[in-house]
Amino acid sequence: MLTEHVHIMSLLGTAEEIVGRKKFQKVVYIGKQLGMPFHEKYGFHMYGPYSEELTIRLDELKQFGFIRETHEECSGYSQYRYQLAESGREYLTKTTRSWTCDDEKVVVDELNACTSKFLELTATILYLQPASKEEVIERVWTLKKTQNYSLEDINEAYALIARWKQSIAESTLTH
Amino acid sequence: MQGNEIMQEEKVFKDPVHRYIHVRDQLIWDLIGTKEFQRLRRIRQLGTTFLTFHGAEHTRFNHSLGVYEIMRRMVNVFEGRQHWNDENRLLCLTAALLHDIGHGPFSHSFEKVFDTDHEEWTRAIIMGDTEVHAVLKRMGDQFPKEVSEVIEKTHPNKLVVSMISSQIDADRMDYLQRDAFYTGVSYGHFDMERILRVMRPTEDQVVIKQTGMHAVEDYIMSRYQMYWQVYFHPVTRSAEVILNKILRRAKVLYLEGYQFTQPPHHFTPFFNNNMNTQDYLKLDESIIYYYFQVWEDEQDVILADLCRRFLHRDLFQYVEFDQNFILNEWSDLQERFRRIGLDPDYYLVIDFSSDLPYDFYRPGEEEERLPIHLLNRNGRLRELSRESDVVEAISGKKRTDHKLYYPKDVLDAPGFSEEKRAIIKILHG
Repeated sequence: MLTEHVHIMSLLGTAEEIVGRKKFQKVVYIGKQLGMPFHEKYGFHMYGPYSEELTIRLDELKQFGFIRETHEECSGYSQYRYQLAESGREYLTKTTRSWTCDDEKVVVDELNACTSKFLELTATILYLQPASKEEVIERVWTLKKTQNYSLEDINEAYALIARWKQSIAESTLTH
Repeated sequence: MQGNEIMQEEKVFKDPVHRYIHVRDQLIWDLIGTKEFQRLRRIRQLGTTFLTFHGAEHTRFNHSLGVYEIMRRMVNVFEGRQHWNDENRLLCLTAALLHDIGHGPFSHSFEKVFDTDHEEWTRAIIMGDTEVHAVLKRMGDQFPKEVSEVIEKTHPNKLVVSMISSQIDADRMDYLQRDAFYTGVSYGHFDMERILRVMRPTEDQVVIKQTGMHAVEDYIMSRYQMYWQVYFHPVTRSAEVILNKILRRAKVLYLEGYQFTQPPHHFTPFFNNNMNTQDYLKLDESIIYYYFQVWEDEQDVILADLCRRFLHRDLFQYVEFDQNFILNEWSDLQERFRRIGLDPDYYLVIDFSSDLPYDFYRPGEEEERLPIHLLNRNGRLRELSRESDVVEAISGKKRTDHKLYYPKDVLDAPGFSEEKRAIIKILHG
């Protein structure tokens, strides 16, 4: 039980911290598309793929005191910083886990190092697939007009998706 | 519009919520007649809620027609107004009618167990080799894709998307009223006629004239009430928990090579994770019930017991719990359940319900929900919670319930008395 919660805590434990709700949403979505065992349901919202289920899950983890959400104000913007709390760590050590996220650490760290704007692009590309790259580019430019993504941004996102997929496939083969 | 004709005689459906549902477009009439749309008659709108509110037998078919009718009225209000392009009329009506076409029987549990998504099935039905696709294609090669994009919210026309999917849209306005009507509860009612009259199109969303604010307040509050009084009712959740466990148990048994008395042909593609659209379309609630009746007599005691419980409404009881329980008691309780012969994977279930009644935009930290905007006399837009004290009071506030479901009847039965007493003590503190 609580498997889905444990997966989210495992991810957060591996990432150490995730700054921003949008970033959290996109990291989980991209991870899911890359084959990590996340089962939160996503739909397309204002900023690309978004999961109400994940929002609720994070709230539940916060209420249990398993994760810490810190609210920060910086230059008129508010953002939220997420970290695993001590009781969350304790729960993880007590629990038998079918997935730990350790094998995906490299990918998770790279995802976490991206800006949320870039993750929004990457997640949107994955959401629009299996459409052809030409069609995806056209739709990204229409749907995400205000974000002004360049062709270089899009190519970089495609390259990273391919690399992350390969990395996950290799770690799956190794184990 | 190419591919559509206005029928000489208008068709009407009698409807207890909207009184009449009017159809003039041949396209809409033909879509209603497709086998994929007719299948929605065999899928209840509220899944297991009828076990709590016996009137809740209405189907996705009723609701889909209702959303279409609200959209039709919305389009009538928008006709001739700035920002409204009447070429989008059929796109809106079609998307409204088909928005739930991908729902299966007991969608919530089914999707969890088999890791599917009704939105993906919606796309597959609209874009695949189906009667729905054939009818849509008469409007042009791109029309099915456009309809699919509106439903999955990736269509570039944000106004059209917001009419069917936003915090005040045709979908919600129908299901709140319809679910209230059929469950018989007194919540869920609001003045939809008033809201429709004060809706206005803008470039990228529907907004509400300031004078309609009180009607919208009523709508937000009725949504809040419906979630906690109907959708998250603990008895309904208990039935949902058992349904979920039945599907999981059947899947586990199949993957372990268990020989079912009656081969579960309809489920096999889902157990093997190689289902296609036709497999999905064959499923409806009558099929699920058929298997549950068969499985009630299976040799596997867990599957048989869970099916008996679901069919005869012998549901699990619940207690509320907190963080300390998860940290300190959960593992112990699971072990004690094993000792009295109950597999905790099936008989001890944590369930969460959570809702955010209304949310607004916060700079930098997007909640991804498009807020409701009020249009004042000067043509300026103001976010609803900044104008309404009632809405402000509940804005951005999530409410969450944690419940633990278990078979109380087993704990009350003779045998393992000491162990059961210890379990009851843990459950009730």
